[in-house]
Amino acid sequence: MSKQTRRTFLKTIGLGGAAIMAAAGGVCQASEQSGVNNEALGMLYDATMCVGCKACMTVCKRVNSDFGGLSFEKAPFDQDGIWDAPQDLSGSTRTLIKLYKESDDRWSYIKYSCMHCQKPSCVSVCPVSAMTRDKQTGIVDYNKDTCIGCRYCQVGCSFNIPKFQWEKSLPQIVKCDLCKNTNLKEKGISACAETCPVGAIAFGKRKDLLEIAHNRLKENPGRYMQHVYGEHELGGTNHLYLAGVPFDKLGLPILPENAPAEFSEKIQHTIYKGFVAPVALYSTLCFIALKNQKKHEGSHNGADHDGENRGEREEHK
Amino acid sequence: MAGHHDEFIRLEGKIFTKSFFFLLTLVLIGFFFIGVRYVKGIGAVSNMSDGYPWGIWIAYDVATGTAIACGGYAVAILIYIRNHMKYHPLIRSALLTSLFGYGLAGFSVVIDLGRYWNSYGFFIPSRWQINSAMFEVALCVMTYTLVLVIEFLPAVLWSLENSRGVTIRKVADWLHPRLVPSDDRLSSGLEWVRSSAAWLRPRLDKVLVFFIVLGITLPTMHQSSLGSLLLIAATKLNPLWHTGFLPLLFLINCIYIGYAIVILESIISSSAFKRPIELNELSGLSRIIPWLTIIWLSVRVGDLVYRGQIANALRFDFYSCFFLIEFLLVAGGSIILFSPRMRRSPRWLFITAAMLVLGGALYRFNVYLIGFNPGQGWHYFPSFAELMITVGVVALELLGYQVLVKLFPVLPNPKAHGHGESQHHHKEQNIPHGAVHVGK
Repeated sequence: MSKQTRRTFLKTIGLGGAAIMAAAGGVCQASEQSGVNNEALGMLYDATMCVGCKACMTVCKRVNSDFGGLSFEKAPFDQDGIWDAPQDLSGSTRTLIKLYKESDDRWSYIKYSCMHCQKPSCVSVCPVSAMTRDKQTGIVDYNKDTCIGCRYCQVGCSFNIPKFQWEKSLPQIVKCDLCKNTNLKEKGISACAETCPVGAIAFGKRKDLLEIAHNRLKENPGRYMQHVYGEHELGGTNHLYLAGVPFDKLGLPILPENAPAEFSEKIQHTIYKGFVAPVALYSTLCFIALKNQKKHEGSHNGADHDGENRGEREEHK
Repeated sequence: MAGHHDEFIRLEGKIFTKSFFFLLTLVLIGFFFIGVRYVKGIGAVSNMSDGYPWGIWIAYDVATGTAIACGGYAVAILIYIRNHMKYHPLIRSALLTSLFGYGLAGFSVVIDLGRYWNSYGFFIPSRWQINSAMFEVALCVMTYTLVLVIEFLPAVLWSLENSRGVTIRKVADWLHPRLVPSDDRLSSGLEWVRSSAAWLRPRLDKVLVFFIVLGITLPTMHQSSLGSLLLIAATKLNPLWHTGFLPLLFLINCIYIGYAIVILESIISSSAFKRPIELNELSGLSRIIPWLTIIWLSVRVGDLVYRGQIANALRFDFYSCFFLIEFLLVAGGSIILFSPRMRRSPRWLFITAAMLVLGGALYRFNVYLIGFNPGQGWHYFPSFAELMITVGVVALELLGYQVLVKLFPVLPNPKAHGHGESQHHHKEQNIPHGAVHVGK
């Protein structure tokens, strides 16, 4: 290959590659936590107070059933479906109580529902803005009228919270929205927190919840793991947890403090900042292609092919 | 550029062959399950779950399928940017496979989308979410498919200009004898089609280069974004694959897969349609591959070293084994291709190209499925119905290719072979049996 074509080739590869390299380089520096909104609404679930009555699950399904067609999930022994017996969060269940049992005197209940991240991955990846985060309340909400059902939010969520209705021909995503359209609107509190008979679910602003959590840790150090789950995980979540056994045993994974969405957005933004790189790539390539075309036409008319492919031709002999 | 219509020929032969009906059966089985999916939901046909929300429809049909469809992209870079016009005879068949690959990736996405009726949201600016890599991929792939159609248009226009309306009459007669148009109507209609095709073709040829360059820019964007899609899965994708270099790795990966697939496709279609192998072009292509894979492998390994993952890569557990298979296929194929003797052997060209396509495709599978672990208790292996849908889609792709090369001038013309080559080649080669020469 002649020197000139190699140079143009490298130029081509370089343009695309340089942007990506720069991006990857930039990301290696620790990303600073973007402003955490402590005024956001959230919940504090205290696993040591929960008695496992599942009243929160029942009321959640009753109050929110219109938002997602939440149906009863039959237990194998209950053919009539009188009993709602979900095994896990699902396309019909937004919140769920589970029991973790290590031994007869070491066990804990745990409640699952959306963590309402400060920098939610699901919002960052949704291509059609069906997942949104309210700037004031911090509520991560889902809009089925724009959702295309690509399930990228499920891939993105580190907590595996968004659930898809696999068994329906017209499915949607189901996840907790802090009763945004129902209980919160009517009574100013999420249904689960309102219903809990032992006060295991505190509802309020994130800063107040954090204060309550740290006070409990201070007053009863023996009772708790010395960690407020959700305070720093993935850049902070509005749903916070206290527990007496290690959180990863309860199905809350050990996670870094950086939000994956900051990492991915930084790379994506570096490549596509102002759409400069794609336009530059296009115009450079146009320039090269037009020049090549002219050269080719010229050589074609002159019946002279010598300029081309000297390197390859040697090989053909 | 696209004006050299004598470079390409239309393959003459029966369309309804045995393989046509075999493929058609697979297509029909696939479409049966697609029907089930639309009536009873995705869960009824697939093993996807909330832990593995993307199965083979995304991992194969979209992520891997479009890489395999990058032949058009890779060859276009070579011809129009690196100015190697001698590869021009390969462009149309490469473009056609690209068109099928991308078209069917789009088709699979529509099967995979849960709320497909909302897809029009991609065209509503207020819904755009520019942080999403998938937004970029979706718009880019849609545009690129359109560009591919435009790039392929000269072949269709040529056929229209030269059509005699025999097929139309046959089809109409098969549907119902009354539908057969009268000779007058047919000839006046044909005259109109012919003249408008003749009007359009030279005009299209003039602006075609801008579409061709667009057809190089768009894959550069969305193939790297296909890698960016998994950047978000920082806590789920195994560290052997999760890296900030995913976009760059996916970009280089699709280019070498593109060259390898052109070699494979060319050798297969030569033997299937009993045509001579374009050995000079193919060995020229194969010379480029190892340089690309060397860059790719250095980024890949350098990144693992930088992130301290080399020990994990050599642990010989589940993930490490898949990494090593991927690595050995790509590295092995490239090392063989460094030898000029191997590059002149059709058999070794075939073997190495297959290794590179397999290794490169495995890399994409590893990123999208095998290295993806959402947590304890989740498992995924595609169901029979799910597999048959993918098989049906691939069969449709092969079927379409088989039919279109017989309708339009797509394959390289062995008689007008090698633009930049010396003359004596021409005399040695025989015109294959059944080939129709298509002049300007």
